[in-house]
Amino acid sequence: MTVDLILFFIVALVAITTALGMLLSRNAVYSALFLVLNFATVAVFYLLLAAPFIAITQVTVYAGAIMVLFLFVIMLLGADALPESKVLPWQKPLAVTLALILALESVYLLFIRQTAAGGIGAPNAEFGSPQAIGTMLFNQYLLPFEVTSILLLVAMVGAIVLTKKQKGGQG
Amino acid sequence: MVPVSYYLTLSAVLFTIGALGVLIRRNALIIFMSVELMLNAANVAFVAFASVYEVLSGQIFVFFVMTVAAAEVAVGLALIVAIFRTKHSIDVDQLNNLKG
Repeated sequence: MTVDLILFFIVALVAITTALGMLLSRNAVYSALFLVLNFATVAVFYLLLAAPFIAITQVTVYAGAIMVLFLFVIMLLGADALPESKVLPWQKPLAVTLALILALESVYLLFIRQTAAGGIGAPNAEFGSPQAIGTMLFNQYLLPFEVTSILLLVAMVGAIVLTKKQKGGQG
Repeated sequence: MVPVSYYLTLSAVLFTIGALGVLIRRNALIIFMSVELMLNAANVAFVAFASVYEVLSGQIFVFFVMTVAAAEVAVGLALIVAIFRTKHSIDVDQLNNLKG
């Protein structure tokens, strides 16, 4: 057992526990906070996988911006402990069964295909650095990069239009 | 040195938990968070493969997925706020206005 492997198992345990905590807590605020911790552990995985730039982006964009937006909306709506409506009695066992089938299938396919059996060593220091990512983003992926800026603009306009109060009516 | 299959298994488990969240929860916000969890699971697989094959495109894709997720969250939360204003509930079972 190398240090990497021990670290992986500890962080993976935290990741799965927080994901289940997000799924099972009754209070939406607790769910959001569990998800923040889950995103932080995923950032640690990115560091282990030699992707430092993506790891920092994960922390700032996901754990920072997106989850703050979630918490803001939860508290704005006072939706932290809304009672859930009565569900169909057979729905939960069926969902768990289907999810188990999905997990088993995907893991089975991953192992039967043997796509990449090798381990992940330490690539050279340049791999995944902000400089390398920037060079690739602004050369090979310039058009998609510009398209995402339009996407963000459209999302911003859409969010404003959806939430603004209607003139005259009670929107 | 961690085998890449460990990362892929973890990604599959996280994705399954997210799918389970979409299936069994009724709170629209929790369903939305589960979708984010699934996106993250896919990102883990992307970065793992990028690291195995030493191809940087996988990490660039994660970048784009994050952008799309941010846009999706902005619009989705605006929709949830708009729905809450009219229905005073974000329970997805209550949204049956089109039911015949």
